[in-house]
Amino acid sequence: MPDGAAPILEVRDLAAVYRTRDAVVHAVNGVSFTLGRGEVLGLVGESGAGKSAAMLALLGLLPARSASVVGGQVLFDGDDLLRATPERLRRLRGSEFGYVFQDPATSLNPVLSIGHQLAEPLRVHRGLSRRAARAGAAELLALVGIPDPKRRLEQYPHQFSGGQRQRVMIAMALACKPRVLIADEPTTALDVTVQAQILELLRDLRRQLGMAVIWITHDLGVIAGIADRVIVMYAGRIVEQAPVRALFADPRHPYTRALLAALPRPDGPREARLRAIPGQPPRLETLTGDCPFRPRCARAFDRCAGPRPELRPVGPEHRAACHLVPDPAETAHA
Amino acid sequence: MTEPLPAIPPRRRGGRGAVAARFAAHRGAVAGLLVLAAIVALTLFGPLLHRIDPQYLDYLDRNQGMSWKHPLGTDNLGRDLLAQVLSGGRVSLAVGTSAMLLGLALGTLVGVLAGFVRWLDGPLMRLVDLFLALPLLPLLLVVIMLFRDSLRAAFGPETGIFLLIVFVIGVTSWMQTARIVRGEVLALREQEYVLAARAIGTRPRRIVTRHILPNVLSPIVVSAALGVANAILLESALSFLGLGFPSDFPTWGRLLFDGVNFMSLHPTRVIWPGLAISLTVLSVNYIGDGLRDAMDPRGDLPPIAGGARRNRRGRLGVLLATRRNGRRVLQGKGE
Ligand SMILES: Nc1ncnc2c1ncn2[C@@H]1O[C@H](COP(=O)(O)OP(=O)(O)OP(=O)(O)O)[C@@H](O)[C@H]1O
Ligand code: SF4
Ligand SMILES: [Mg+2]
Repeated sequence: MPDGAAPILEVRDLAAVYRTRDAVVHAVNGVSFTLGRGEVLGLVGESGAGKSAAMLALLGLLPARSASVVGGQVLFDGDDLLRATPERLRRLRGSEFGYVFQDPATSLNPVLSIGHQLAEPLRVHRGLSRRAARAGAAELLALVGIPDPKRRLEQYPHQFSGGQRQRVMIAMALACKPRVLIADEPTTALDVTVQAQILELLRDLRRQLGMAVIWITHDLGVIAGIADRVIVMYAGRIVEQAPVRALFADPRHPYTRALLAALPRPDGPREARLRAIPGQPPRLETLTGDCPFRPRCARAFDRCAGPRPELRPVGPEHRAACHLVPDPAETAHA
Repeated sequence: MTEPLPAIPPRRRGGRGAVAARFAAHRGAVAGLLVLAAIVALTLFGPLLHRIDPQYLDYLDRNQGMSWKHPLGTDNLGRDLLAQVLSGGRVSLAVGTSAMLLGLALGTLVGVLAGFVRWLDGPLMRLVDLFLALPLLPLLLVVIMLFRDSLRAAFGPETGIFLLIVFVIGVTSWMQTARIVRGEVLALREQEYVLAARAIGTRPRRIVTRHILPNVLSPIVVSAALGVANAILLESALSFLGLGFPSDFPTWGRLLFDGVNFMSLHPTRVIWPGLAISLTVLSVNYIGDGLRDAMDPRGDLPPIAGGARRNRRGRLGVLLATRRNGRRVLQGKGE
């Protein structure tokens, strides 16, 4: 770390697979990054890049029947979460780690009241009584800006709008003031005004609680507004990581460039997002040894047929995995 | 096909009151509850009003039709059929309910364990297969032969045989429930809200009791309705084979089978006990239906095609399935 502060979370070579009936899907293939205290780290990449899989893997939340972590380390407070007992992981989840899921429509149990679900983390981790947890739940609802919290606590998820459910999910994740919040596309299902409100809310909370945030999104516009640093994932790997300004000012990986080129201009149509890159991401069942972006890369050259490029430094805290970036080992030789 | 939609009740607050209110809004369920309550009340208090001893043999009044003295007529030994149906109902209902509860508890436990604990899944499902493959009636015969006398000695003839019958029926009728529950649990545990519960550190046991079981309730309720009916029928089959309750201790099934030989001459002898069984099963099914809808808080909204109500299986279908199962059991007797 540049300022000498120890990171709160350090992920090394994380790898995870999904097993389907007849294939192994290599969803996460050696992801390494650090997360500083109070830092907001943006995680972007196309659908299927392995963003959710990586985050689920690091908290042991992958479905046990169909997926497994196949390697790596996740260092938090000096221990490796991948080797922690289920009980220790359970204690960390919800208290030190908050997780906001991608889909607010299905992340709340339809048959339990909102109050019950919001009180759950308080009861589990704080051991609060039913009554105290309920009071806490009301405060949380107020915190995420839902009016008339006492009455709303009695209601069920179907009586909340999509945006309100998303806020409830955020409130649940924040209930125990976690040190790390993982937010998996917390705003995609929302309309623009609600998105802006939630972004504002999280900015506030981050200031107040000093928590670190990993923010997964498709929307580079959101990243520009909130993140300190950005990780770009492609086919289960990090292809570029950089401070947010450097990434927007000087993207080095052709994939990142394509993403940025696909960004809507203020005067352009709003809907042009990541989908605008031609071609398909590679099949994760059968990954080859060369650069995974090669079939879609406009700047591919002869070396790209060779072994896959590793992440190489291109600037302060800025690294990219592309043969266009000079290999420091080779330049040292020359 | 489509029934007229019930009037949309106003939105209500959550909690137990809301469940009761939604149940009350379900006309079929309320009717079922009333009928079942009437049946239970009749079997409990009827004998106090209709004071003929069901075992009294009135040779002069054999094979009577309906009359003031014998509202449902008499059998070939001159016993009063109404008195027999009333007292038989107590035993049948008690056996049906207890055996159903036992089977349901076993089935739910096995189903949840198999669905939730990965390494138990294989062994438990093989156990289910094993129980399903067992020839039921011969097994029951052996078990009853082996234990009847010792249980009789220990608890007295009636309690002993009651415990034995409830036990054998319960222990041989949990497999379907276990399969259904396991399937639901497997589907539910992949639900995002179960993942979300894990992500806030909820204990596994609490996930089962708070997130899985309430959502498995509707199939469990349906199995319960089927279970009562099957237990009543199975008990009948056993009684018929002379392995159930003693012959001077009537149950609905026993009456039905005693009446079968006289069916062409005196059809009422099978109609009344049969009607009692059918009404009970039907009302239990309606109640189950209402409970299932009432426990789903989305019931506040107007019914949506499919969706929350996809489980609604025609009551007639349930009943027919029950009959089919019953017949299968009964046909086993001839072999
Ligand atoms: N249950 C599963 N079984 C098999 N493969 C899966 C499963 N879940 C995800 N995958 C595969 O794993 C890869 C990574 O999925 P992941 O959900 O992490 O993508 P993502 O980057 O979060 O995408 P999105 O932006 O759409 O959420 C995808 O190729 C996906 O097809
Ligand atoms: S390594 Fe080659 S193919 Fe891959 S992104 Fe860089 S230029 Fe394109
Ligand atoms: Mg995702």
